[in-house]
Amino acid sequence: MDLLKFFTAGSVDDGKSTLIGRLLYDSESILADQLEALQQSNRKNDDGTIDLAILTDGLKAEREQGITIDVAYKYFQTDKRKFIIADTPGHIQYTRNMVTGASNSNLAIILVDARNGVVEQTIRHSFIVSLLELKHVVVCINKMDMVDYSEQTFNDIHKAYSEIATKLHLNEVTYIPVSALKGDNVVNVSGNMPWYTGKSLLDHLETIEVNEDEKSPQARMPVQWVIRPQTDELHDYRGYAGRVSSGSFHVNDKVTVLPSGVRSEISRIETFGQDQAEIHSGMSVTLHLKDNIDISRGDILVNSSHEPIVSQLIEADLCWMDTRPLDDSMMYLIQHNSKQTKCKIREILHKVNINTLDKIPADSFQLNDIGRIVIKTADPLAFDLYHENKQNGGAILIDSRTNLTVGALMFRASVE
Amino acid sequence: MTTQDTTYLDQLEAEAIHILREVAGQFEKPALLFSGGKDSITLVRLAEKAFRPGKFPFPLVHIDTGHNFPETISYRDKMIERLGEKLIVGYVQDSIDQGKVIEQTGKNASRNALQTVTLLDTIAANKFDACIGGARRDEEKARAKERIFSVRDEFGQWDPKRQRPELWNVYNGKIHKGENVRVFPISNWTELDVWNYIRREKIELPTIYFAHQRDVITRNGQLMAAADFLNIDEHDRIEHKNVRFRTVGDMTCTAAVESDAFLIDDIIEEIRSSKISERGARMDDKVSEAAMEDRKKGGYF
Repeated sequence: MDLLKFFTAGSVDDGKSTLIGRLLYDSESILADQLEALQQSNRKNDDGTIDLAILTDGLKAEREQGITIDVAYKYFQTDKRKFIIADTPGHIQYTRNMVTGASNSNLAIILVDARNGVVEQTIRHSFIVSLLELKHVVVCINKMDMVDYSEQTFNDIHKAYSEIATKLHLNEVTYIPVSALKGDNVVNVSGNMPWYTGKSLLDHLETIEVNEDEKSPQARMPVQWVIRPQTDELHDYRGYAGRVSSGSFHVNDKVTVLPSGVRSEISRIETFGQDQAEIHSGMSVTLHLKDNIDISRGDILVNSSHEPIVSQLIEADLCWMDTRPLDDSMMYLIQHNSKQTKCKIREILHKVNINTLDKIPADSFQLNDIGRIVIKTADPLAFDLYHENKQNGGAILIDSRTNLTVGALMFRASVE
Repeated sequence: MTTQDTTYLDQLEAEAIHILREVAGQFEKPALLFSGGKDSITLVRLAEKAFRPGKFPFPLVHIDTGHNFPETISYRDKMIERLGEKLIVGYVQDSIDQGKVIEQTGKNASRNALQTVTLLDTIAANKFDACIGGARRDEEKARAKERIFSVRDEFGQWDPKRQRPELWNVYNGKIHKGENVRVFPISNWTELDVWNYIRREKIELPTIYFAHQRDVITRNGQLMAAADFLNIDEHDRIEHKNVRFRTVGDMTCTAAVESDAFLIDDIIEEIRSSKISERGARMDDKVSEAAMEDRKKGGYF
């Protein structure tokens, strides 16, 4: 059994939390005492049924205001798969939370209210999905019960969204008409829409193929920690501990240590005392090399046949996540995998109006702004383009005055 | 000896090991908070996988309420001996003797709330900058929103509105002096995942997790172990039952369930078919809908 991580994008009134509540409820993932707490709560739908949105709105302020402020994670499992849901807020002021949720997901569910069709915020949510390069998109056209389960409405929205998808290069989009409130096509296929012959949402989530990083030819392992017991019996033991972020490593593979560029070969692959012949993307491991070289945390081991870019001048998309605006005269910290170094903003190329997708000139970034910049790093970074390799193509910016994470960077090109 | 087919347990394990190594790499004085419960026992196994054959780059820390199950303490001591790692114990009794906290009175008195003070004092005395804990997001709604690296201010407080965004697998552990970070490597595990992992790894657990005969009393509809510090009086009826515990906290706030699950397979089957969530057996969560959120803001794990 494998794991699928997905996130949901939609605004307050699109019924996003209700959809997740419905998935959990109809797949019998809610336990009796949670249900009891739910039933005792004062929030009910107009017809007196339980308000399923309460299941995900975890913080007091959210319950009071009836909105989702932060990313909430929910877990459920069926016979076919385990799921982790990142429930993210849809309002424009929470764009950063949506970016966060999207960065940790394989699939996006975009909710569209059948009564309103594709609106400005649908474009914004889809833009974020394309920016974070999620390959799989499900457009759930919700509240079908309020448009008399009309096939024409569904077709119109399908057509309108297809145009956006083309513009944003979203290639794999699935359309499902649902009513989260009534349960149509969420877990169970609905009898109310005989014209829809596709799968229910859950059925789709259970069966979709998602497995990107493993097939990558780019083998990468950022070094997190060097294991050196320095005891009498393990005097020469020197293991490089980390998690393979893409591709695979095999014993005897030629590898390069970056940014130094020193080459060696893998002599041993170890997982908790067990020797392995090969190791794949996602696994935490300890690697040993044939030569004794100086390697420390922040270095990255890569296969010599597919080395990444090494550069100090990088063009990147930036999502600004702090209430203080970007100050291009300031020095920031950049964290790329296990590597931290200082960086400066060399140039602001443009911002994007995320409702219309127009590029606009800019001299700063405010909270939730997205656009493109050029950074210069103090130490060179060994990175891949985000489009080819998410784990090695993304980084965060940290404000050293506040220590807050203030920006998400997706690397697009080396400038040198 | 390769395993091509990675299961979700391998994925969860790899993520947790990655997080533990980030703690080692990013902090000066981390600690692993060990409660004697199955989640922190799982953390210990993950730490072995992350750092062996080297030593752990942190000590284990136990906050002892003085109202522990004796089985937990003997398990803890045996485990420390096997591991050869350092253990630091913070005693709630010391906080009481120093007048920093006042012991509750009355029938439902518990030291559970007091341990927050002892924990914060232990963190301050040892200058810990990161504390690894076994909390999971599936336990409770407020925890569902907590980050893997969760920053606490110098008063130990969690501010849910000022959480740092956590992108990809990049964890920002930068803090100011006096602050510390709580780190939750098994955030994404469910109760069942932990049990499946314990079975797969053949990890030994304290005996109270398995069905055994015990004297119990019923309080507020829950079965509590009949220990002296439960303030038992003539209205309490002591019964002898087959029970086990789903979580291991203080004896005054951890309820038992009637069970014939003597083996780990029985337990996994019991949880699969169970209709009560794990924290449903914790009296401390029942106080109000926001009980956990309020305690977390105050510095509780």
